[in-house]
Amino acid sequence: MTAYLLRRLAIAVATLFVASLVVFSVLEILPGDPARLMLGLNASPDALAALRTEMGLDRPLAARYLDWLGGMITGDFGRSLTYSSPVIDLVKERLAVSFPLALIALTLSTIIAIPVGVFAAARRGKAADTVAMGLAQVGVAVPNFWFALLLVYVFAVSLRLVPAGGFPGWGDSWASHWQALRALILPAISLALPQAAILARVTRSATVEVLGEDYIRTARAKGLPYRRVLWRHALRNAMIPVLTIMGLQFAFLLAGTIIIENVFYLPGLGRLIFQAISQRDLIVVEGVVMLLVASVILINLVVDICYTIVDPRLRGGR
Amino acid sequence: MRMFARSLAAAVILAASASAALSARTDLVLGVVLEPPHLDPTAGAAAAIDEIVYANIFEGLTRIGPNGDVVPALAESWEISEDGKIYTFKLREGVKYHDGTSFDAEDVKFSIERAMGKDSTNAQKVLFSGIQTVEVVDPTTVKVTLQQPQGSFLYNMAWGDAVIVAPESADGNKEKPIGTGPFKFGNWAKGSSVTITRNPEYWGEPARLEKAEFRFIPDAAAAVAALLSGDVQAFPNLQAGDALPQIEADPRFKVVIGATEGETILAMNNGKEPFNNLKVRQAISHAVNRDEVILGATNSHGVPIGSHFSPANSAYVDLTGTYPYDPEKAKALLAEAGYPDGFSATLKLPPPPYARLGGEIIASELREVGINLEIIPMEWAQWLEQVFTNKEFDLTIISHTEPNDINIYARDDYYFSYRNPRFNEIMTKLDATVEPEKRKELYGQAQRIIAEDAVNVFLFQLPKIGVWDAKLEGMWENMPIQANDLTKVRWVD
Repeated sequence: MTAYLLRRLAIAVATLFVASLVVFSVLEILPGDPARLMLGLNASPDALAALRTEMGLDRPLAARYLDWLGGMITGDFGRSLTYSSPVIDLVKERLAVSFPLALIALTLSTIIAIPVGVFAAARRGKAADTVAMGLAQVGVAVPNFWFALLLVYVFAVSLRLVPAGGFPGWGDSWASHWQALRALILPAISLALPQAAILARVTRSATVEVLGEDYIRTARAKGLPYRRVLWRHALRNAMIPVLTIMGLQFAFLLAGTIIIENVFYLPGLGRLIFQAISQRDLIVVEGVVMLLVASVILINLVVDICYTIVDPRLRGGR
Repeated sequence: MRMFARSLAAAVILAASASAALSARTDLVLGVVLEPPHLDPTAGAAAAIDEIVYANIFEGLTRIGPNGDVVPALAESWEISEDGKIYTFKLREGVKYHDGTSFDAEDVKFSIERAMGKDSTNAQKVLFSGIQTVEVVDPTTVKVTLQQPQGSFLYNMAWGDAVIVAPESADGNKEKPIGTGPFKFGNWAKGSSVTITRNPEYWGEPARLEKAEFRFIPDAAAAVAALLSGDVQAFPNLQAGDALPQIEADPRFKVVIGATEGETILAMNNGKEPFNNLKVRQAISHAVNRDEVILGATNSHGVPIGSHFSPANSAYVDLTGTYPYDPEKAKALLAEAGYPDGFSATLKLPPPPYARLGGEIIASELREVGINLEIIPMEWAQWLEQVFTNKEFDLTIISHTEPNDINIYARDDYYFSYRNPRFNEIMTKLDATVEPEKRKELYGQAQRIIAEDAVNVFLFQLPKIGVWDAKLEGMWENMPIQANDLTKVRWVD
């Protein structure tokens, strides 16, 4: 187990290093001058030069790369070129929105998808299965921003139950926690439904496959009730592909939610990256992308560990 | 007795809540499209900075009023010497910065010299280039000496880039702006909003609002939903698109179409074949149907222009008839210029909707006269680098939002590469003229020269579609300078 983890760790470090090289060089090739973007159309050449020096953009490429890499190793992600605050603070602020949002959305989608998937698998080929999977198909096909707008018009504009968007911050009282949570309800639902649709389909097909296995017949022959066989034996064995998809979905939910963040004007990670790219705030883009690479690696590791929990055979081996 | 006490208490509570309901609201949430990179107007060109801090947090010696005229701000009054070179400003007394430090002539000297300095990152450094010296006469008097007379000096000092800051707090203004205005900086929730609160120690007439929040909503559909749900009560400039008629029909809202300083033009690369040929430029001007472009790009809210000048300005001359829409004449001119079969060129478009929508229409109009345009959409960073800095373009559409900026046509290395010594001469003269009537006449001549030279196709003045709660008063109708001045905004019943 330890050797296995160590090997995984070495791979992770190598991946991070290669990613840092790719991210840095891609962004350097990108046309656009951050100083010019800050100072606009009327800027004089000497003001531009002064700002470039202030931003450190006049130094050679290799020196900047090494500085950045060295900084990251010691936990210093540098300072944003446009916002004059440290990158790590910007990321922390955004994670306060993106992380809870991703967590709520993933929980919602799991709560919906797994029962629906198992239920459809148990009634394979029957009307209930067709209806459930038809709905899932619609869920996959409907664009989430359209669905989000629909929710806004119904629940915010007409019924006025929740705000149409924005995020008030978590605050320090229960009342403000609740306000913050309220602001995340509609975005979480609009993110969760398409994910749930995908997850339900995966759960169904994995369960259907498992239900055809010999051990299921053995369990039934032993006299176990069908319900128990379904939930204890079939679902557990079907969990491996489901966990894989959930890991991918969580990584996506952390940073790939720019469209939903725009519809609800939430200050999440996706918008930070988008803004930083259009402002050519390279240091922020580089820092955030590296953190995301790291979190994807971490999520995959967690998923791997979860595999060994659901499937004890994986524990000893490798 | 007990009974009496209880009913008295109830009456008091009732009366208190009734009077609370009667007194008008004092808070406001405004929606703006872009989040500023920081909040220091002296270190960045982003309009989003001025749209929050100008006149609210920071003040200059002079300021621009709602109608575009220059009015006193931190300078109570001024005198101009006979030769127009020396401006003596009398400053207001008893003015304090938001951090409690007091304002005096030293701060003015510091602010101007900081903007002019070698390490200055002021985006409009050129505003200060004519200044020779700044002298402190006494704590409430400042003498500014110019290299030569400059008619636009008082106007220049009213820009957001020329606000007066304190040496104690100047370096922190990006994150925590400290000015002298009627509002103090409250907090900035990055990615969502900036909040400002009333400054109780303001030297002038206090603001009516106690708190104002600028919320950043980049998505047009989200903005409309925020307005309809009541989350946001005012959009100084709403990108409403198709939803505008619905909002106009709703009695809860007021829709005010105003003017901005944004001259929107089809810019041509005058330094490059075939656009260096006057006949080709005239042909393109004749081939563009301005009304059609205005309809498509702004829902007919834009005001047509015939030169690089705002119709709201008193020196404006209507030159929209210089090259009227006439495709036949355009074809004839192209033939005369040696392109009887037309030619192909590129049209590079930045992201704003006016450019993207207008570009489609112009491309189809020019196709009618034989000019085939390849449309290349770009993001801002790319546009700034390729078009604006490196001049790698044939045609582009852009709105020049800086106020009173006809003088860009005198810059020899400006991106559209226009050179005309006669025009430059007029600009030099204008700089040296203080008398309003003479300035007007010179402005008129300048407008005519660039219109006749067909430097660019002058399309329309970018409209500002203001939408706010019908009970809100005091919002600016026009945008003579990039600002959302909240000093007079209040709720009425």
